[in-house]
Amino acid sequence: MNLTNFRFETDADGIATATWDMPGRSMNVITPELMAELDQIIDKVASDDAIKGCVITSGKESFSGGADLTMLQGLRDLYVGLAKEKGEQIAMQTFFDESRKLSLLYRKLETCGKPFAAAIHGVCLGGAFELSLACQYRVVSDDASTRVGLPEIKVGLFPGAGGTQRVSRLMQTGDALQMMFKGEQIKALPARNTGLVHAVVPRDQLIQNARDWLNANPQAKALWDDPKFKLPSNKVYSPAGMQIWPPASAIYRRETNDNYPAARAILSAVYEGLQLPIDLALKVESRYFAKILRTKEAASMIRSLFVSMQELNKGARRPADVPPSKLKKIGVVGAGFMGAGIAYVTALAGIEVVLIDRDQEAADKGKAYSHKLVSDQIMKGRAKTADRDALLGRIKASADYADLKGCDLVVEAVFEDPKVKAEVIAKVEAVIGPKAIFGSNTSTLPITGLAEHAERPKNFIGIHFFSPVEKMLLVEVIMAKKTGKKALAVALDFVRAIKKTPIVVNDTRGFYANRCVGNYIREGHLMLMEGVPPAMIEAAGKQAGMPVGPLSLNDEVAVDLAWKVLKAAKAQLGDGAVDPAQEKLLSDMVEKHGRLGRKNKKGFYDYPEGGPKRLWPGLADLVGKSLDPDTVDMEELKHRLLVTQALEAARTYEEGVVTDPREADVGSIIGFGFAPYSGGTLSYIDNMGAATFVKLCEALAKTHGERFKPNRQLKRMAKTGESYYGAAEKKAAA
Amino acid sequence: MADAFIYDHVRTPRGKGKADGSLHEVTAIELGTQTLRAIKARNKLDTKLVEDVVFGCVDPVGEAGADIARTVALKAGYGQEVPGVQINRFCASGLDAVNLAAAQIMSGQKDMAIGGGVESMSRVGMGASGFALAVDPSVAIDTYFMPQGVSADLIATKYGFSRDDVDAFAVRSHKRAAAAWQEGRFKNSVIPVTDVNGLILLDRDETIRPNTDMQTLAGLKASFVQMGEMGGFDAVATAAHPDVEFVNHVHHAGNSSGIVDGAAAVLLGSKKGGKAAGLKPRARIRAFATIGSDLALMLTGPVDVTELVLRKAGMTTKDIDLFELNEAFSSVVLRYQQAFDIDDAVLNVNGGAIAMGHPLGATGAMILGTVLDELERTDKTVALVTLCVAAGMGVATIIERV
Repeated sequence: MNLTNFRFETDADGIATATWDMPGRSMNVITPELMAELDQIIDKVASDDAIKGCVITSGKESFSGGADLTMLQGLRDLYVGLAKEKGEQIAMQTFFDESRKLSLLYRKLETCGKPFAAAIHGVCLGGAFELSLACQYRVVSDDASTRVGLPEIKVGLFPGAGGTQRVSRLMQTGDALQMMFKGEQIKALPARNTGLVHAVVPRDQLIQNARDWLNANPQAKALWDDPKFKLPSNKVYSPAGMQIWPPASAIYRRETNDNYPAARAILSAVYEGLQLPIDLALKVESRYFAKILRTKEAASMIRSLFVSMQELNKGARRPADVPPSKLKKIGVVGAGFMGAGIAYVTALAGIEVVLIDRDQEAADKGKAYSHKLVSDQIMKGRAKTADRDALLGRIKASADYADLKGCDLVVEAVFEDPKVKAEVIAKVEAVIGPKAIFGSNTSTLPITGLAEHAERPKNFIGIHFFSPVEKMLLVEVIMAKKTGKKALAVALDFVRAIKKTPIVVNDTRGFYANRCVGNYIREGHLMLMEGVPPAMIEAAGKQAGMPVGPLSLNDEVAVDLAWKVLKAAKAQLGDGAVDPAQEKLLSDMVEKHGRLGRKNKKGFYDYPEGGPKRLWPGLADLVGKSLDPDTVDMEELKHRLLVTQALEAARTYEEGVVTDPREADVGSIIGFGFAPYSGGTLSYIDNMGAATFVKLCEALAKTHGERFKPNRQLKRMAKTGESYYGAAEKKAAA
Repeated sequence: MADAFIYDHVRTPRGKGKADGSLHEVTAIELGTQTLRAIKARNKLDTKLVEDVVFGCVDPVGEAGADIARTVALKAGYGQEVPGVQINRFCASGLDAVNLAAAQIMSGQKDMAIGGGVESMSRVGMGASGFALAVDPSVAIDTYFMPQGVSADLIATKYGFSRDDVDAFAVRSHKRAAAAWQEGRFKNSVIPVTDVNGLILLDRDETIRPNTDMQTLAGLKASFVQMGEMGGFDAVATAAHPDVEFVNHVHHAGNSSGIVDGAAAVLLGSKKGGKAAGLKPRARIRAFATIGSDLALMLTGPVDVTELVLRKAGMTTKDIDLFELNEAFSSVVLRYQQAFDIDDAVLNVNGGAIAMGHPLGATGAMILGTVLDELERTDKTVALVTLCVAAGMGVATIIERV
């Protein structure tokens, strides 16, 4: 055998060990070369009489993250190319055959006549876990880092190398579906308890345990290759099946609004597969896999949620010539909800934090938030008491600005008032060194204006967190006019250290994310004023793929905040900057009815004690008219809610606020939950094609007003057929 | 086109569809057989004149499987010349069987046929024949499949019927059914079910509770809350009908149709067929129709199909003396009544399935006979019979006394 990605040896008992260890990579990944070598190993094990069975393990710190997603994207390109060259039929057949190679390889391993055992330490996900599922035995280490799972759904794919069939033959159908729907990573013990793996042992006993099992079970076959095998949840058409399948389809709709073809394919592959013998079942799975792999949802999600996200996390936008910054101590000024959250995520990353507020009590209160968050983690078994002590030990709550001395970076999160901010800037700059960077976590005030208060505007940058900080992955890093590249590098290093994803944007009112999401909320307001029944507005938001409806979202961020932002825009930009219908709605809501949102339990919804929130019945009177639901076009509502955001993203792109489509897309999904299946705001436009999008905008502008008028750049793109990604790639290549 | 006349109708009483129900010991075949024997005996019928037996049966598996209509005809001694066919359009199967028998007569291809139906829900469980529309995700998702109870709750929510409204209707059903029995209004059609020795097993509908009132019903918990919430079906309901913010679950065992065992048969024929058998026609099939309707609401088909059948017959609701709508769930009837603004006094005047039960495949043929008896008793002329159907359908028939 000629192996470069595996080490292969056989012990005196005749048990072989294939150690997966790809050169020049920190993590094992499934590639075409890897598949070819695994094929050789299977042949060797099957044909060599001296070999009884084979252990597959990893030479890395982890088992493997699974298939190379760019390889899958390559497959899709192959199909598109072949279709042009040789026609749809040949292209499809080739694509189908290619896309099921991994599944057939695993089945070959499973049926080669000798048993295989997977010895797993660290993460073992996706295609790698599917490999282990084809082994007759799986033993995992009891290490805290060990995780198994099938996370394909998160990038718009589904387990296509036997995962859907083997998991649904190992677990109860409901559990199997849920596991694949959620794409969760499962720790060692739960994995064993649910039957996904056979044993959990200390890391140093992994290989021996696997060898012992092979020695004891040289004739082992997969459960489903035993003619007496019975499905864990009985037959699909049985009383048990009647309890499982109808809710499964309903829950699919509830969780996805039918926007995710991959999740739907899981259901069908399992439903059909469980009614077939395993080989045919695997073939059906492959048929769905080939279909899903060609969807625009998979392509868009792989690009935005995997490739682009990784690139941004690795510092795609970081100035390469600035040496890595060592962040030892970070200051946070303002210990309110945002500041307290920033302090927590910073301390969690192992960095020392000075948390300042105007008095000790307020600062302590901010620190107590960290105590609460770690305690919650402890309750869930995700942290230990010692972790809490260590984390809290890293946060110094203080009212004394002098404690900020020695900080590498100070982030302010004080009240959104230019005067208050100016005072803080002066106080901080007075104590921190000339090299320290000042970050402002403002969401509404332009950074360039704030930077005017700074002695050292080069060191001044916007670092905009989203609420709640500990949950939201996105950070907008905002460049003011005079911000220097060192400030940018430090800000990005900080974001990376706290394991968030940055997008770098240029300064404008609302930056990027809030401009888009502000439009979403406004569109909901305007629909309401048109007399669209509020339940339909909310449903349209969710059905379009947003996490919550626009009215719910406004309740979360506060109705009076929307009112304040509108008033500020009117004061500074004039009457034309605001929509009178929205102005009337917000003014009535806040000024007349005191409906501020969830915070006072009175917003677009009522929030009764002990019951679910319900739309406020008073909305009907406030609006004064109500359209007959049968006359409301849900498709148009959904279009309006997505187009208004995508169009705003297009405007920010033309204005140079966002400069990279990857950032617009990733930022929109993780910042405000823009329909993830679309791949993000600009992918939404690219997928539709600029010409179609412009047409849609113009039609909406005609019926619903100027706000839908497409911007100049878009209209140009519609003519030239250019796309955002096409142009960006061209630019990068030039 | 020939006229199809109704010459006779019989039904069994409805037995509680559980192991302690009085008809549980009776096979589905025997239930159906006794209706055919009664038709034969009451009319002194030369059964060789019967050119087809069409029987509805919704779960035609096990003992009810493999063409129960032919099996029943043979057991009833109709002779080897009399064929049979089993059909299934869920809850309307019994009425569809009558319509199909009538259609064969109207087309001139047959002169006498029987339409009917049978369901032993206590012996062959509901859903025993499989239901891809609910189970196969490739159809369940696109068709907004929901259990009927959730659809019934969605109808109540969408059209504004409260828990009190649906309970009050249920009380009415029981009271009317009890009164009808007391006054002997069913005596012309109900045949007792007997054992092999002729001993009576059941001669009266078994599930009527004359004393049911609002208070007793108020004590019952809504049945479909958990299914709606945990099973995800509320989300399906609001996705299909986004004007509904949330589903108000109001239905329970007390205001939904009961699970029962029973069978019914209707003897139909052309003028010529009736003459050959020496029978006098009781009514004429004026028109019938079937339709597909909103999938999520599922049970509003009667509204759509009533509009259609009236159009076909060239009639309006004003021409209908009595309406008979299967009481699958209270909200189904209330919505129907609301849609056509029908007076309480002419709708389900002798109660319905909430009180007496709904033996799926038989009900359509049963209620057709019930309303015919009532037309004769009150000397009225025209009745419209309709049923809601799973998978969003409706079936209706207009009959006219002659």
